Amino acid sequence: MKMIKAIIRPEKIDFVKRALEEHGFFGMTTYEVMGRGEQKGIPLTYRGKTILVDLLPKVSVEVVVPDSDTDAMVNVIATTARTGKIGDGRIFIIPVDESVRVRTHEVDPTMKQQ
Amino acid sequence: MALDTGTTAWLLAATALVMLMTPGVGFFYGGLVRRKNFISMVALAFIAFALVSIQWVLIGYSLAFGQDIGGFIGNLQYIGLQGVGMDPGEGTYPPLLFMAFQLVFAAIAMAIVTSGMAERVRLSAFVVFTLLWTTLVYDPLAHWALGGGWAMQLGGLDFAGGTVVHISSGFAALAVALVIGKRTGFGEYSLEPHNIPMTLLGAALLWFGWFGFNAGSALAANGIAANAFVVTNTSAAAGALAWLCASWLSGKPSSLGMVTGAIAGLVAITPAAGYVTPLASIVIGAMAGYICYRAMLFRINRKLDESLDAWAVHGVGGLWGAIATGIFAIAAVSGYSGLIEGNVNQFLANVAGALAALIYAFVVSYVLALVVDRTIGLRVSEEEEYVGLDISQHGERA
Repeated sequence: MKMIKAIIRPEKIDFVKRALEEHGFFGMTTYEVMGRGEQKGIPLTYRGKTILVDLLPKVSVEVVVPDSDTDAMVNVIATTARTGKIGDGRIFIIPVDESVRVRTHEVDPTMKQQ
Repeated sequence: MALDTGTTAWLLAATALVMLMTPGVGFFYGGLVRRKNFISMVALAFIAFALVSIQWVLIGYSLAFGQDIGGFIGNLQYIGLQGVGMDPGEGTYPPLLFMAFQLVFAAIAMAIVTSGMAERVRLSAFVVFTLLWTTLVYDPLAHWALGGGWAMQLGGLDFAGGTVVHISSGFAALAVALVIGKRTGFGEYSLEPHNIPMTLLGAALLWFGWFGFNAGSALAANGIAANAFVVTNTSAAAGALAWLCASWLSGKPSSLGMVTGAIAGLVAITPAAGYVTPLASIVIGAMAGYICYRAMLFRINRKLDESLDAWAVHGVGGLWGAIATGIFAIAAVSGYSGLIEGNVNQFLANVAGALAALIYAFVVSYVLALVVDRTIGLRVSEEEEYVGLDISQHGERA
């Protein structure tokens, strides 16, 4: 079982959501974040004055999937969230030990398949 | 005539009420854009207010209200407010106060135009465009309809500046939007309003200020002012409910739709406020809510990024108001009859005035926007638009 944590452009979240749905992935947690990558943001030159916008808004999407779905999921996100320009974001794949459904306290059966 | 203290006191208060509408437009629009452009939207309204305040004192008032030249524009007799004094002369209030009352109208018209350039205008270009627009579009139109120009001589009725402020700014916003182009991502992903309560607050300021706008335009503290006050509120309420119902029928009753409908009702009653009865204002307001709602849907279907619907609400709503004034004016209110009492000429004079203002405002705004675009560049760079105008133009974050 893996957690896919994707940090993407905010304007791409609707596309990613739709694409994941089409591939049968429904559950997710998203939140708005601020971040920067290796370029340390965007430098703007305005009237001779340089302003460095060092933290840009992104959306973080978290999804937990069985190991067998990991590649498909990463592939869907990476294709849909891509513009080809600097600032498209990152995808992290993190191992997850267990998933418990709060309502029933059962260990989530849909996540059991290894 | 001597100075009337009641009238003077009311006009002072009304001027201050209308002043509040310009930042009101800023907050109304500010809530509708994405958070990264919130400061920009409010700042544009304030900057418009400041620029027009100076321009009006230096030259604008004279161009609009100076001695008539060929029905088109005023002369330069009042340049720098020369000869605009405290002594009421023939009137009942100081000309200086009338100048200030007209100033706040000129300022709000400019603030409304920012709808068409929201989230993508370069600030320096906006400053230049504002000075050109208020001088070459607003001032002549104000002269035509309010300052003794041809539309006034023709007998067109425009109680509080429906053609001058609303038709002109609405169609100017459309012209600017066509020149500056769509926002990045328009039609691809959702560009959702970031703060609807802020827009509701902006609408509250507008509704409140509009009492000064319309009832103040009676230029007296009298019965006509009271009539204008009542029809203004009634029309706003009818517009709010009409749009609310229209959006309810196709989904949820949206609060944003409701206040937009209220603004549509306020716009439409503006030229009519001193000439129609409260019952007629229910019809005018409700029709305005419905017509502007359809205009907005039309705008969206045509994929026009006139971003915050100044065209649908102020342009189309203003046009309906001018026509409605020609229809519903009743002699019992202030001596003018419209179509409803068989006066076809009044109706035609109103339609002519409105159409001329519409064409003039659209064409000249389009040309001015094009000139500014080709010389300075109306639009920010792609990176500046991406990070938002708050940071790229103002170096601030909301």
